[in-house]
Amino acid sequence: MTILIDEKTKIIIQGFTGKIGSFHANEMIKYGSNIVGGVTPGKGGQTHLGLPVFNTVKEAVKNTGASASVLFVPPAFAADSAMEAADAGIKICVAITDGIPSHDMIKIKRYMRRYSKSEKMTLIGPNCAGVISPGKALLGIMPGHIYIKGNVGIIGRSGTLGYEAAQQLKDLGIGISTSVGIGGDPINGSSFRDIIEKFEEDKNTEVVLMIGEIGGPQEVEAGKFAKENMSKPVVAYIAGLTAPKGRVMGHAGAIVSAYGESALEKVQLLEEYGVIISKNPSVMGYTVKQVLNGKKN
Amino acid sequence: MDIHEYQAKKILSGFGVEIPRGGIAYSPENAENKAREIGGSKWVVKAQVHSGARGKAGGIIFCSSALEVAQATDKLLGKKLITNQTGPEGKIVNRVYIEEATDIRKELYLGLVFDRSSECIMVVASTEGGMSVEEISKEKPESIIRLKIEAAVGMQKFQAREIAFGLGIKPELISKTAEAIIGCYRAFSELDATMVEVNPLVISEQDQILALDCKMSFDNNALFRRNQISELRDKTQENENEIYASDRGLNYVSLDGNIGNIINGAGLAMASMDMIKLAGGEPANFLDVGGGATPEKIVKAFKLILMDKKVKVILVNIFAGINRCDWVAEGIIQALQKIDINMPLVIRLAGTNVEKGNKILKESKINYIEATTLEDAANKAVKALKELTK
Repeated sequence: MTILIDEKTKIIIQGFTGKIGSFHANEMIKYGSNIVGGVTPGKGGQTHLGLPVFNTVKEAVKNTGASASVLFVPPAFAADSAMEAADAGIKICVAITDGIPSHDMIKIKRYMRRYSKSEKMTLIGPNCAGVISPGKALLGIMPGHIYIKGNVGIIGRSGTLGYEAAQQLKDLGIGISTSVGIGGDPINGSSFRDIIEKFEEDKNTEVVLMIGEIGGPQEVEAGKFAKENMSKPVVAYIAGLTAPKGRVMGHAGAIVSAYGESALEKVQLLEEYGVIISKNPSVMGYTVKQVLNGKKN
Repeated sequence: MDIHEYQAKKILSGFGVEIPRGGIAYSPENAENKAREIGGSKWVVKAQVHSGARGKAGGIIFCSSALEVAQATDKLLGKKLITNQTGPEGKIVNRVYIEEATDIRKELYLGLVFDRSSECIMVVASTEGGMSVEEISKEKPESIIRLKIEAAVGMQKFQAREIAFGLGIKPELISKTAEAIIGCYRAFSELDATMVEVNPLVISEQDQILALDCKMSFDNNALFRRNQISELRDKTQENENEIYASDRGLNYVSLDGNIGNIINGAGLAMASMDMIKLAGGEPANFLDVGGGATPEKIVKAFKLILMDKKVKVILVNIFAGINRCDWVAEGIIQALQKIDINMPLVIRLAGTNVEKGNKILKESKINYIEATTLEDAANKAVKALKELTK
């Protein structure tokens, strides 16, 4: 078992015929993801990469039975596309797009409140690398070969830092159940807490690695949730020790503006919640290994 | 993106918030005329820089004649104002704002920001205007009123009244204060702002509710649909290297250390900087060349790093995914053929085809130090720096 996706998940690509959408759709197909078509308004009826193109997400869902979508739509139109996916009954939408205005993200999240919990779409991202369940499915832009199948669940904001963690684990022979990039924006679809909750329920995940960074309350909220509700150990690394207050460090959300948002403060708060801290980014894999060894003893 | 006080006030005034009469001036003569035009007998000359705490830094001067206004303007224009928010290099004053002096009865604080926890717009208000919000939370936390506004519905009148009553406003001024609060909220929500701070919002002796000072920041991701806001950008208030970077699609933040960084991805960049710090060094910058790390971006990144004269050692850390290390290595070699860097260079490649990438670098004629892990890269960069200063 994995969280969110598996080899059977039927996937459509929103922004299918664009340059970036095409490139990554192809990579996902090569990985073995079950891509069944795509959506580009105005290009419905065409065939692209050997797959049908639809004008609307509703049409795509009706004709293919898709339950997941990956979104490569430009920032100005991305919020609209995410809401369209939710309305068409998509269950998981991974938004890769970087640069969606915060006010638009608030709008999407408010829009999705109309659905009951069982009908509600899980939005991952935006500004993220996507989701991968090694050997089963890739919904995103990560290089598949650095992820091997196993029992560690990864959640992180950053793309390349997540790859770094996966590589460190691979070098130690440790595999991954699912890796989820939740993205670097201040307001995002799924939080650290939302995802660790799913890992707690997944019987194939033994340890969760949370890769956070400065800014916002989410890492600490997840730590609190873990202390109160989780049986599985959580390992965390928080990036941004040297970040000055009030400056945006690349990710729109990586900005220290209040108490508890700097790397040091987050680490202290997480330790209070019993989260195991990876002291530096070079030992993320090693720290997970120690925890796995401890579990076996 | 930040804007100046006078620009922010003009925006607020468009949303029905009252502001004192004022005008912008670029020369002492200009300022003197503005003062006469505004009328009255007392004025304030305010340096327009992107920073708070201007008063303590001498950037706000009270005047009681038009001649004094001219003198104050002369004193401020062309100066670098150093506040506790600008850093030691300060920010240049290219224009001043001349404003009629207000007879203040009471100073209030009003701020609007995103609340990332509830994903609502948060209004923060206090009776202790004039102090920074950090000072207020430290010294008078009980005076702070917080109210979450559901953005899809917007601020309701009762919510604005609730804040006004909470601030102890007398009944006959409640509706006027509520209108000012709603005006600030509308500016925030209708213009894609990320912060609107009116500090102080004052009640004058004449019972006006006035925005006496205002700071606004906007969501860079929304500027594509806010032309009237993008036009307000003042590049003279930004770090030169940061302008160079942002114009070339690089994410760059200038810092105080001397190890320059070129990294792909914001998280990996922060992580590499952490490693430098833990190894006993200080990063000179944050620089994310983007996940793809294309050769063009790497050339620009080297140029940018070399513009910073503090840099003594350069650390390149690229995790190649779909773009492959061999391709990244070719990019680095191409960049180094165009640019002479003349300082120790540590390169760490990781990810797809790493052996091939390292082999290409080794066989090229470039002079560099190879590193394997994040830790190894940071240690080697710090060691190279220490050897330089021996």
